[in-house]
Amino acid sequence: MKLHEYQAKQVFAEAGIPTPGSALATSVDEVVEVAEDLGYPVAVKAQVHVGGRGKAGGIKLVEDADEAREAAESILGMDLKGYTVEKVLVEEAVDFTNELYVGVTMDRGEGKPVVMVSERGGVDIEQVAEKDPEAIVREHVDPAFGLHPYQARKAVYDAGIPQSVARDVASVVSTLYDLFEERDGSDVEINPLMVTSDDDVVAADAVMNIDEDALFRQPELAEMEEEAAEDDLEAKANEYGFDYVRLDGNTGIIGNGAGLVMTTLDLVDYYGGEPANFLDIGGGAKAERVTNALDMVFSDENVDSVVFNIFGGITRGDEVAKGINAALEQFDEIPKPVVVRLAGTNAAEGREILNDDLVTVEETLEGAVQRAVEFANEEADQ
Amino acid sequence: MSILVDDDTRVVVQGITGGEGKFHAEQMIEYGTNVVAGAVPGKGGQEVGGVPVYDTVDQAVEAEDADASVVFVPPAFAADAIFEGLDTDLDLVVAITEGIPTQDMAKVYKRLTEVDTRLIGPNCPGIITPGEAKLGILPGNIFESGNVGLVSRSGTLTYQVVDSLTSRGIGQTTAIGIGGDPIIGTDFIGALELFENDPDTHAVVMCGEIGGEDEEEAAEYIAQNMDTPVAGFIAGRTAPPGKRMGHAGAIVSGSGTGTAESKINALNDAGVPVGDTPEEVADSIEDLL
Repeated sequence: MKLHEYQAKQVFAEAGIPTPGSALATSVDEVVEVAEDLGYPVAVKAQVHVGGRGKAGGIKLVEDADEAREAAESILGMDLKGYTVEKVLVEEAVDFTNELYVGVTMDRGEGKPVVMVSERGGVDIEQVAEKDPEAIVREHVDPAFGLHPYQARKAVYDAGIPQSVARDVASVVSTLYDLFEERDGSDVEINPLMVTSDDDVVAADAVMNIDEDALFRQPELAEMEEEAAEDDLEAKANEYGFDYVRLDGNTGIIGNGAGLVMTTLDLVDYYGGEPANFLDIGGGAKAERVTNALDMVFSDENVDSVVFNIFGGITRGDEVAKGINAALEQFDEIPKPVVVRLAGTNAAEGREILNDDLVTVEETLEGAVQRAVEFANEEADQ
Repeated sequence: MSILVDDDTRVVVQGITGGEGKFHAEQMIEYGTNVVAGAVPGKGGQEVGGVPVYDTVDQAVEAEDADASVVFVPPAFAADAIFEGLDTDLDLVVAITEGIPTQDMAKVYKRLTEVDTRLIGPNCPGIITPGEAKLGILPGNIFESGNVGLVSRSGTLTYQVVDSLTSRGIGQTTAIGIGGDPIIGTDFIGALELFENDPDTHAVVMCGEIGGEDEEEAAEYIAQNMDTPVAGFIAGRTAPPGKRMGHAGAIVSGSGTGTAESKINALNDAGVPVGDTPEEVADSIEDLL
């Protein structure tokens, strides 16, 4: 789960990390008002979950009220890589002499958190990571002890951070690690951490991604998630408790178990179709869950057909079939063709029970996917 | 023969009085697994499915001589339950629970380096030696005893492949679901090593998926250390970067590590055929046997 920049900065500031003065605005007038309060120059920054906002025109530096108005008009409501900008952060511009990078993430290969520090922060950090990985100093952390203060100092000095700011940067690194640990971060990052001409450090940007599996013990952050939800269908999936990812294609996919659903997507692609989504309904297939899943997929206007792929394990195929029938009988008209493939325990009985008037039944996974792709292509041609 | 579990394995079920724990403990018993105890704090003295429940794992081991556990404890308390299993010196802990916070698992991972106990999972379907024992939630009826080992990060995908094998008359020595989380106990290499050393396993199926670099590392291990032939499958070829595909660990990073392509290439370079469809994996196994 990703926090917006303004949300992450709020969390960082509360923990004592220096951040520039700022306020959130949702209208052009509000932007100008906030800018006047803060004093020029200010930065106007789109609050959407996409990287490279600056290069895409989502961040503008302005010197006076006219420029602030102009920037607000161009950014508010703009489409930034598929997301509509509804909020901007108006923030004091920082007069900096250097841009640093500090971050904490989980190194899954090592099974340990890792702290990263670089003297070469800024918009090109990804290039630095790729071309000159040595320029980013990494320090692994024993999660049983947390980050020792010496480790923060070591990373900072090894990264070549000047002594004049090293102590302050090390302090930011320690605080950032504490936030990562206490708030169940998955990625926590400041890029750039600006160094001012007075040798102060200021977090000019803020990234904070939270482990979704830990939201149950982070109620404050879980509330921020609702504010951050941007796609209506993804919000609906949260409500239903489904794992759902929206894609660009027109063959809708519903299945049970992450690996099998991913495989179904891959097969749609393999047989010349385009997957519209990933939707895992999890164990069992009670009528209500099936209904909700169909509602999700049919709500996606791109969808031209649906493949329903269930491997009955402990849940028997006949029970699954009853759930599917009950769910489909609730529709006056099935909006798009549905292909069902049942396998595993009592699959043959399940196929008998399925109502042929409502769905197309296929025995094999490959057959079901091919049929759904055919239907999708036919519908798309009409 | 088999790896890790057989009909001598004495199992304690952690969380046996919960809905999932009770249901699956009964299924395990019905399959013939030697479930000797349950462990649930505050429920000592009760019985579930004819099995005595103890307040602690330690008491269960003391009284019933258990040597393995299966964890069906909700995510908020699961890491604690795993620690209890590890610290009680069991041979094997199998954690079924999905949704354990990653930072809890980082602490468990550290502990694993300090004890001799092996962990399978979390977020996995468990382990089965067909006809002898199952520790977890796998549907026993689709498995058959035979000479193919199977290791997978996914549950239902495993069933799909097993179904293809069994329907062709190809049985399994042992099947292990290692789990879909970013930090897990036994990884591919750990499982492959056990199969390589099992004389009755004549071929191995390895089902991977996007995220992390476990499959790449396993490919290197196979090339250097294995005589037993391996056939592979990788799920998630169409997954977009930055999106978690159901499993917490199934994510292609923004910088492009963990792609299906990289894993398929690594396995092919190691001489492992990777199927485009699950049926093709069964075809490969038929060829390799």
